[in-house]
Amino acid sequence: MARIGVFICHCGENIGSTVDCAAVAKAAGELPGVVHSVDYKYMCSDPGQSMIKDAIRTQKLTGVVVGACSPRMHEPTFRRACNEAGLNPFLCEMANLREHCSWVHEKLPDTTAKAIDLVRILVEKVKRNKPLSSIKVPVTKRALVLGGGIAGIQAALDIAGAGHEVVLVERSPSIGGHMAQLSETFPTLDCSQCILTPRMVEVAQHPNITLYTYSELESLEGFIGNFKATIRKRARGVDEKLCTGCGVCTQKCPNKKIPSEFNEHLGTRPAIYVPFPQAVPNKPVIDRDRCTYYSKGKCQVCAKMCPTKAIRYDQEDELITIDIGAVVAATGFTIKGTDFFPEYGYGQYPNVITGLQFERLASASGPTLGVIRRPSDNEIPENVVFIACAGSRDSAKRLSYCSKICCMYTAKHAMLYKHKVHEGRAHVFYMDIRAGGKMYDEFVRRAIEEDQVNYIRGRVSRVFERNGKMIVKGVDTLLNGQSIEIEADLVVLATAMTAQPDAEATAQRMKISYDADHFLSEAHPKLRPVEMNTAGIFVAGACQAPKDIPETVAQASAAASKVVGLFSRSELAREPVVATVNRTAPPLFSTCVGCFLCETACPYQAIERDDIRGRDGQLIRQVAKVNQGVCQGCGTCVALCRSKAIDLQGFTNEQVFAELLAV
Amino acid sequence: MKIGLYPGCSLEGSSREYLESLQAIAPVLGLELAEVPDWNCCGASAAHSLNHKLALALPARVLALAEQAGMDKLLVPCSACLNRLSTTRAELIKNEALRREIAEVIELSLTCRTRVTDVLSVLAKATANGFSEKIRQPFARRVACYYGCYLTRPVEGAACRRTEDPQEMDALMKLAGADPIPWAFKVECCGAGLSLSRTSSVAELAGRVVEDAALRGAEAIVVACPMCHTNLDLRRSNIEQNLGTRFAMPVLYVTQVLGLALGIDERALGLHRHEVPVRWEKKANHQDTQAPSEVK
Amino acid sequence: MICHGQEDGEHAHCTLAEEAEHAVGVSAFECYQCGKCTAGCPLAAEMDWSPHQILRLLQYAAPELEEQALRSLSIWLCLTCEQCVTRCPQEIDLPRLMEYLRQQSLERGLMHPQGRDILAFHEAFLDSVRKHGRLQEVGLVANYKLKTGHLLQDVLVAPRLLARGKLKLLPQGIKGKAAVRRIFERLQHDEGKEE
Repeated sequence: MARIGVFICHCGENIGSTVDCAAVAKAAGELPGVVHSVDYKYMCSDPGQSMIKDAIRTQKLTGVVVGACSPRMHEPTFRRACNEAGLNPFLCEMANLREHCSWVHEKLPDTTAKAIDLVRILVEKVKRNKPLSSIKVPVTKRALVLGGGIAGIQAALDIAGAGHEVVLVERSPSIGGHMAQLSETFPTLDCSQCILTPRMVEVAQHPNITLYTYSELESLEGFIGNFKATIRKRARGVDEKLCTGCGVCTQKCPNKKIPSEFNEHLGTRPAIYVPFPQAVPNKPVIDRDRCTYYSKGKCQVCAKMCPTKAIRYDQEDELITIDIGAVVAATGFTIKGTDFFPEYGYGQYPNVITGLQFERLASASGPTLGVIRRPSDNEIPENVVFIACAGSRDSAKRLSYCSKICCMYTAKHAMLYKHKVHEGRAHVFYMDIRAGGKMYDEFVRRAIEEDQVNYIRGRVSRVFERNGKMIVKGVDTLLNGQSIEIEADLVVLATAMTAQPDAEATAQRMKISYDADHFLSEAHPKLRPVEMNTAGIFVAGACQAPKDIPETVAQASAAASKVVGLFSRSELAREPVVATVNRTAPPLFSTCVGCFLCETACPYQAIERDDIRGRDGQLIRQVAKVNQGVCQGCGTCVALCRSKAIDLQGFTNEQVFAELLAV
Repeated sequence: MKIGLYPGCSLEGSSREYLESLQAIAPVLGLELAEVPDWNCCGASAAHSLNHKLALALPARVLALAEQAGMDKLLVPCSACLNRLSTTRAELIKNEALRREIAEVIELSLTCRTRVTDVLSVLAKATANGFSEKIRQPFARRVACYYGCYLTRPVEGAACRRTEDPQEMDALMKLAGADPIPWAFKVECCGAGLSLSRTSSVAELAGRVVEDAALRGAEAIVVACPMCHTNLDLRRSNIEQNLGTRFAMPVLYVTQVLGLALGIDERALGLHRHEVPVRWEKKANHQDTQAPSEVK
Repeated sequence: MICHGQEDGEHAHCTLAEEAEHAVGVSAFECYQCGKCTAGCPLAAEMDWSPHQILRLLQYAAPELEEQALRSLSIWLCLTCEQCVTRCPQEIDLPRLMEYLRQQSLERGLMHPQGRDILAFHEAFLDSVRKHGRLQEVGLVANYKLKTGHLLQDVLVAPRLLARGKLKLLPQGIKGKAAVRRIFERLQHDEGKEE
């Protein structure tokens, strides 16, 4: 016989001012099966909880209903209290009298009546609750970090530093990402490579980090604490164990005219190459699409020259499967190219370049060794125009967001140019200057005041070439809309920062959510900024939204601390709200008919096939079975099951029907 | 290829050489052009500026007449008419109630089933096969293809792709043996309908077009719009006065260039009707004609 | 956008921006004043208010600033070349808005004096079409000159055109000119009431 206790909370004024709580408690006390019913001002407070605990003990309660706020707020509190008093926590339910009643209705008799209904529903439910125990899952204390830019590097180092194993996967031949391409960084103007390369080396040497470059995530299965990652290690064409990184192959390769990705196509590289001298690992790869040996069957110069005989033309991709406990997605971003802008010449003018190309021109390791030279004729430009918001905040180009970093790097570019070309003129067309950040606005002001960069408030309508000059047609909205035409030697577009072209596919492979712009979606924009909705997967860097280096590093460390927190336990407990397939005595074994509709419908791949065998090992039947570690308790399978063989623990059909009948 | 034709008012009057040259090359290209019976003026920018419904009703009557005559496709050589007819058609297809209202006003049934097409698309199709065999006299000159506004804008449903640097006319010119140059004023406005009411503005705007073509060594400007032609050719003296320079560079319709390449008589193509004479001092050598073709 | 009070049949007071959005579906509030329209406008230099400033005048939703937009020369200079909307990051159909403002300017009698020549041309053009069904260029020019008093303008061009066979002196009507005239009567007559 059920002995239910009901506890009605006033939540201060929140419920009490609208709902007659004493009347609710009184009415509840008359419900069949209810042996104890009280109301109190703050049920979640210490005395409130003690009231519940005492009642459980003295009244020998078999179930508890707390009529209070949302279960999202205090269900754990009350269940813990029940547990402490010796009642299975899953025999405690909450009726939401605040969000579902007092907050959304006026003070009327009907409001109190509704509150009574809500309590009655939960009383009927809790009578049918069964004691459940939380599910324990083991945790593999090894993290997968996807992406070897500064976000991935920081996350990997932090996790490895806390004593856990890390597998870092980077798809290009070297780690370092975009940060390795940058010249100097705002607002301090410290050299990007100088601060990054020691970190890269640290990654390579860290005993806890296994580095896979030129590799990609092929698939990710499993769930928090228990993922299985398959990594495709693409064939470098080089035996990494034998290669000493001496560089002879890259020097001798006859095919040297390939546009260099690292230099944003402003320089060239050979077909066998290391992207940049400080690359980690310092082992070349053969670009099979461009290598003469692969296209014509002849050459093999690199193989002949290699002192350690490390060249392997017939090397194949390798698939590596690893058990993983947590994943950090740090897959980075890309930028729009100049060809994205019809009005700025469809990318056909060599002297219209992107901000990232300007970084290469300004970088000491770049194609011009840090001297600003324009691509068409290598002359030093005397007049440079920087165009901010190129593509960003442009609904017509389907990029309505602000790329966030351009205001700062454009100020930096103009400043670097003025530092390098003292007589030069730098103009910046801008719409707004967004320089929120420590020492950021001061930095922009310095560009304007000390370096006399000419900031022009207005957008550029068109850029075209005439007599070797780039004609920039803009407007100054602060000069009464006067049209401004500048004859520039070089035009730098602060082109929009966008998600990786394959961001959608990557997200789908990991079963994580992404937004309309294909940036990864965090679980909560404020309170869970580095967690994904899929448990055990975390996010860092610009794959989540445009952001600069300091923010990226902070987010990477935050993601790492989440991973380390997860790894601090060897087992995870999770709520037992999962589906189960019923089992009965032989010869039926289960009402499951083995149609496996549930298997097709399950969004989490939690349905497995279970072989029922006789004592002789003969297969009798195959029925569905739920992997409780993977199941998220969504109930899709329950709704679809034709033979009613599946039920959801904590929300069984019996419980839900009882709730409905109580209305 | 059988196709309906809406010449529009200019091609009957001040730009008759456009129609003459179109009709002269049509048989050679296998184009059978049937004029919309009893067509009326589309209202051009005048109706468009003053009365939105009138700006819909006048083109709608033309569309209805073409429909009545059983035309699937209607060639509109004038860019301004093309803009009016195609935007009217798009608006009436989108707005069913408006279409019914306009049908009542014009006293004709109107389904908008007749599609509207531009001269470049029609010529591209007509020259797609076997055109090179028909060429008698390649038009071996550096030409600046001038598209103006309405062949590229509005972007939705425009005749040309690559809004800021269209290539359709350039491709036709290459077929005719010409050398289309890259230049910067392909799609800048010439001043259009302000020709009469604000000649000074037109002289300024059309002047920039002519100046840039000359600067890049064009020997001719090629157009596909009567308004562009009027402003670049008929208004040449205003342009020259404004800039204080003379430009000998003639302005030809795309149909005239194709006609010349096909060896059709200059008079049949209406070359004699131009303000700027269609003649060149001597055959220019492509390598050393970087200098502007101005006559001082 | 429905203006306040309109549903109840009360006298509605709408701002010009609201009216424009209601009538032609163009919202002035989407403009963030980047000036790209002005930078590309072929006639911006001759305008009293730049294209983006016309939008700004509407954004204030203040009668005295709205009137400045309606009194501007800019709305009459707009060539409908569509360059602005082609490049506008917010896809604001400014030519369509300019057309609406011209109609409002006329209706409220706020036309800029220099807009008169342009209006005279448009009116002469439509007169010709109403009479003949097609544009009769000689009649158009004559009518325009009478309307504006610019009698000597282009006096040198005409004989040359004539010599080249480009001018048809006799009006050439179409069979359906009565039908065309009825179109004008219907639409020009109830124009004011409609909007």
